[in-house]
Amino acid sequence: MNIPENLRYATSHEWILVEGDTGTVGITDHAQAELTDIVFAEPPAIGKTVKAGDVAAVVESVKAASDIYAPVGGEVVERNEAIEADPSLLNTDPFGAGWIFKIRIADSAEVASLKDAAAYREQIGA
Amino acid sequence: MRTPLFDQHLATGGRMVEFAGWEMPVQYTGILQEHKAVREACGVFDISHMGEFFVSGSGATSWLDGLLTNNLSALPVGHAQYTLLLNERGGVIDDLIAYRLEEEKYLLIVNAAKIPEDAAWFRKHAVPEILFEDRSADFAALAIQGPKAASLFEILFHRPMPLERNRVVEIQSGHTFIATTGYTGESGFEWVMPAGEASAAWKAAIDAGALPCGLGARDTLRLEMCYPLNGSDLSPDRSPLEAGLGFFVDLKKPAFIGREALLSQKSSLLPHKLCALRVLDKAPPVRPHYKVYVNGEPVTETTSGALSPSLGYGIAMAYLPPAYRDAGQEVEIEVRNRRFRAQVVKKPFYKKP
Repeated sequence: MNIPENLRYATSHEWILVEGDTGTVGITDHAQAELTDIVFAEPPAIGKTVKAGDVAAVVESVKAASDIYAPVGGEVVERNEAIEADPSLLNTDPFGAGWIFKIRIADSAEVASLKDAAAYREQIGA
Repeated sequence: MRTPLFDQHLATGGRMVEFAGWEMPVQYTGILQEHKAVREACGVFDISHMGEFFVSGSGATSWLDGLLTNNLSALPVGHAQYTLLLNERGGVIDDLIAYRLEEEKYLLIVNAAKIPEDAAWFRKHAVPEILFEDRSADFAALAIQGPKAASLFEILFHRPMPLERNRVVEIQSGHTFIATTGYTGESGFEWVMPAGEASAAWKAAIDAGALPCGLGARDTLRLEMCYPLNGSDLSPDRSPLEAGLGFFVDLKKPAFIGREALLSQKSSLLPHKLCALRVLDKAPPVRPHYKVYVNGEPVTETTSGALSPSLGYGIAMAYLPPAYRDAGQEVEIEVRNRRFRAQVVKKPFYKKP
């Protein structure tokens, strides 16, 4: 199970890559494996403001719909249109081409409260 | 409940879910890959949860013809027939496959969820000369489906697979049965055997080249063909005529349970008909029980739905009233509080290229 060291993780299986005051958000390898074949993805609209824990996006597998939560609060500044055209990117490259949205982080203290790779690995028992 | 293949499912990476009281694999490698394997090569499904009833004795044919919609007296020995068990109101109790093993001996393959109810219904209508046996616990079954199923058949049984659909071959009398039937729209066969032989049969099918497939792919494959799923598309409150299964109902038979209700339904306009809906917009997958609107008014809900893996667009079925069931009729399907355009189309959704 791939769990990159340079990311922070939410208990609800999102990752965030922090660069300055912006974070790139996606779902973990573990999450995509649990969801199975993703056939629909709907990243949030640019300009949408979310609090940590809010539903920010939806992905659907053949069998079920799953909410994707914002790991931190802020304003959505970019959305990955490539996953709308090819939702399988979430399965094949969850930490890369399968990113979902970028957020301008409102409070960097929220990043510090997320899990590091070791804590997330422990959570999923990997 | 578990089928005799439960341990094999875990060992093969099956993701187990509850289905009709059974712990069944929804997928192994992935629903899309399994679906594709059946359309392009060959897949094997555990269908041991389904029920096996044996009916025999002098008069078995006419007894069953009084309980089932299709015509067994017209079915040659060594053939199988899709048929329905109805209540007095003409509603569907179950849909099933009847194998005619001998002039007066049948094997009925019924839905897992309906085994107790079906068995109770047959027993309620029992007559002294007819032997009815529910042997569901004694038998396992595999469905081997796909364009390469015939070559697997040769490997497994050292003889050619009958080319004709709905043929029955008794490999070992009273013991192992093959029918060229299925629930996928592909060529292939269903293999009924004693429960103790299931494990070896499963391994043999995989060794011969079949990909293990779960209930997820089984559902998308059957929905692309508009094959109904009892409990979703069929119900005790809907008749087979409403479900579009009139081809499997012989109203010329003098009597069967539900016939009067069907005749009266046929003499007027059917109140509803199960229609195929193609989603026109790019939309999230449509699932069962999503609301269907016409001209802004809710008229019904979907009974089945999926994003078709073969076709790449959303597909669904729904019972529509007479005014809205012609091909081309535009409707809207509500997904998470948003409505997406869809259109009534001819069945099935998928045709072999």
